Amino acid sequence: MTSYSNSNKKYSKILHETVNKNYRKRMIINKLVTVFAIVCVIAAIIPLGSILLEVVKNGASAISLEFLTQPQGSIGSGRGGVGPAIQGTIIVVGLASLIGAPVGVLAGIYLSEFAKEGKFADSVRFFNDVLTGLPSIVIGIVGYVIIVLAIGSFSVFAGAISLSIIMIPIVVRVTEETLKIVPYSLREAGHSLGISKARITLSIVLPSAKNGILTGIVIAISRIAGETAPLIMTILGTSLFFTGITGPVDALPLRIWRLASQPYESAHAFGWGSALVLILMILALSVGLRFLAQRRSFKVAI
Amino acid sequence: MTSNSKNHRNISSLFVMRKKRGDRLFYGLVIGAAGYTLLMVALVAFSVTRGSIDIFSAEGIGFVFQSNWNAVEGRESFGAFPYIIGTLLSSAIAMAIGVPISLAIAIFISEIAPPRIGTPLSFITELLAAVPSIIYGLWALFVFRFWVRDLIEKPLYDVFHGSIPFFAKTPFGLDIFTAGIVLAIMIIPIISSICREVMRVVPDSQREAAYSLGATRWETVRMAVFPYVKSGLVGAAMLGLGRAVGETILVTMVIGNVIGPGAIPTSIFSQGQTLASLVANEFNEASSDLHLSALIALGAILLVLTMGINIVARLLVKKKIKVSSGAKSQ
Amino acid sequence: MAIEETFDAKESMTEGHSLTREPRINETAESTERFKVRIENVNGWYGSKRAIKDVNLNVREKTVTAFIGPSGCGKTTLLRCLNRMHEMTPGAHADGRVVVDGIDIYGKSIDPVVIRRRIGMVFQKPNPFPTMSIFDNVAAGLRLNGMRNKTIIREIVEESLKNAALWEEVKNELEKPGMSLSGGQQQRLCIARALAMQPEVLLMDEPTSSLDPIGSSKIEELVRTLKDSVTIIIVTHNMQQAARVSDFTAFMYLGDLIEYGSTNQIFMKPEKELTERYISGKFG
Repeated sequence: MTSYSNSNKKYSKILHETVNKNYRKRMIINKLVTVFAIVCVIAAIIPLGSILLEVVKNGASAISLEFLTQPQGSIGSGRGGVGPAIQGTIIVVGLASLIGAPVGVLAGIYLSEFAKEGKFADSVRFFNDVLTGLPSIVIGIVGYVIIVLAIGSFSVFAGAISLSIIMIPIVVRVTEETLKIVPYSLREAGHSLGISKARITLSIVLPSAKNGILTGIVIAISRIAGETAPLIMTILGTSLFFTGITGPVDALPLRIWRLASQPYESAHAFGWGSALVLILMILALSVGLRFLAQRRSFKVAI
Repeated sequence: MTSNSKNHRNISSLFVMRKKRGDRLFYGLVIGAAGYTLLMVALVAFSVTRGSIDIFSAEGIGFVFQSNWNAVEGRESFGAFPYIIGTLLSSAIAMAIGVPISLAIAIFISEIAPPRIGTPLSFITELLAAVPSIIYGLWALFVFRFWVRDLIEKPLYDVFHGSIPFFAKTPFGLDIFTAGIVLAIMIIPIISSICREVMRVVPDSQREAAYSLGATRWETVRMAVFPYVKSGLVGAAMLGLGRAVGETILVTMVIGNVIGPGAIPTSIFSQGQTLASLVANEFNEASSDLHLSALIALGAILLVLTMGINIVARLLVKKKIKVSSGAKSQ
Repeated sequence: MAIEETFDAKESMTEGHSLTREPRINETAESTERFKVRIENVNGWYGSKRAIKDVNLNVREKTVTAFIGPSGCGKTTLLRCLNRMHEMTPGAHADGRVVVDGIDIYGKSIDPVVIRRRIGMVFQKPNPFPTMSIFDNVAAGLRLNGMRNKTIIREIVEESLKNAALWEEVKNELEKPGMSLSGGQQQRLCIARALAMQPEVLLMDEPTSSLDPIGSSKIEELVRTLKDSVTIIIVTHNMQQAARVSDFTAFMYLGDLIEYGSTNQIFMKPEKELTERYISGKFG
């Protein structure tokens, strides 16, 4: 194998020439790409900064006790507030979560603990993916056709069902993914002690995946709390407080949309105020639940 | 001795019974929940079909290709064509702007920036993804559209309004172009975080192979990262496309909301309408059952469109992650 | 015949930062025995943890030098400091001097990209590019550097595959994916890929640890022939392998270089007790 040094000598010169010729160009391309990437990062941060700035700046001046608790005064007057919308968002999102979270977690448990393979499990997975990708306005149609048309009225219930359909696939996926990470040895330990599968899942597997699942639920709730399109077709929006589960109700995103399309400065100010309230509610939810999750796991650790 | 073991057996059989009953109940619950999700899918399919039957029996398949939108009683005539075009055009603008930027951000965070910069940046993009679209819409309507108008459309108007007809009107900033850019802003955090997920699948040994040949960072991305996860990146972009096509409220606030044949865009600076935005705009004012049915049928078209996009996208992303996790275990 | 790369003095005077450029080749006939790589006070860090401590070591040209030691002793980290691959690990950095042909690769104006092309590396697990054919894998580095001449690329690929003792096995299936080869063949493909860049030093990080005995012995044979033209530094956890292929051996323990000398001396009459205990299998 003496050829190496010969061939080495033969080609190294041309290789070095090529390398030298192209070196600067390659360095410049590398620099340009890096600069482009940094510019893109900045371009993406500017909207976030501007959105937060505008919402806080315009929203803070609108917020008062009256704004948070009273129904809207006459159009364009700038009186009253968005009390019904805040109440409505809490009711509709709360109800949707009461349906969506347990169904989502249980279905996730089914996929991860009971049916890893099989046609039924595969179709559940597939159609959950389909549901995740559906535009929310299409899901609003379900609430309208199935519930609003049936009971003859726009209603809290129709809104909650629609939002729960948006929530469920998110929770299913997070639950399945999180449970998959729980080491199999934990389950084996349970089996070797003769504990039933339901017990193992509920008292061993689920607690060790609790934080991940809770985070998933919070993400899903934040997502539906900001949804507007399906609410147009289900809860309609009203300037009155909650009257019953079969009656219409207001919600913050819907209120923001309606306020923004009015030609009055005062309405726009209310819109910004509502946006700030919505963001703060979502933030409080995620901070609160995370805090709760940490506290609980702390206790378990002791 | 014998009585003792008998007792034992009794107790254990008691356990087995309780265990079985509990197990069966629990199994019933979880499989019921899984079935419930399928029921929801069936409900979506049922309600969209049920709701759009009327218009399709009145207009036939022509509904998809017609441009009229007349809700006056007695002269009702509906067609979805302008809104399909509006949807595709606004999404195309969003993709043209959003995909390269998303990719660049993903590359910067996962391949270029050190963790102490990359970690907070990825947190910020997650934050952006959590902002509700109604708030993007509010910001776009009251803040961003003036940026578009003053920084892009006015200068173009000043230069071209004599020579090119569609710059003949004074720009507003409420048009397909603005809608496209705001959609891009909305989908960038989504696409870039999926791209990052996908790129994380590339084993470091691949990057090291490129570095050891004397590759620059960019060359390493091009040579070792991109080819490895190409289909996953395409899938990520398509998931973003699915979001852009289906986005409703944000679009209604900035696209200009025209209906009928006039909604067929003549340029990217035309005012327009998308499938979703028209449904949102007219749903509560629908004057007749046929009008309502036409709106639901727009939803049906949207459903078919997004489902197609999403299924292809998910297959691409999933295939990638399966292939590479298989390679890892080798 | 040594391939000697030096900087063109005139060029560096007219161009302020010519050190960042790929150096010119200058083929002078300097064949006296000398040190190809001088490692001076090198420390390797992972965050604030010092994984190698003040290592000093000189590697002779056209020899095989083996780094041995129990796992976690820092031998791989030291190897990765020699082509500045170590700093690619997040949070990791190195200090000290590594002088290759009179140039400190940690010098301020030195571009690691240039260094890595001249100091090739082969990794623990074969890592051919999975989407590329056998041919494209070997040609990858050439194309990266802007080589467009197809005839020359083809010639270099063939030479490199021959030098990596793989040519006879793959010459009729160059268009097949690199991943279709066996583990041992893949590793030789990676060696060919590194050789195509005409490196002066070849770093090998436990190149046989994922291979079967036949694949391993082929790589060992290859190492022995390649040293006629390239300086090889090999990390191995296998003492017999070190004894078989290397001319010099460095024994490391807990980040310290304990003993360095000719392989015969290290294995026959080690000076340090720690070395002797490791060689005789009393720990590790």
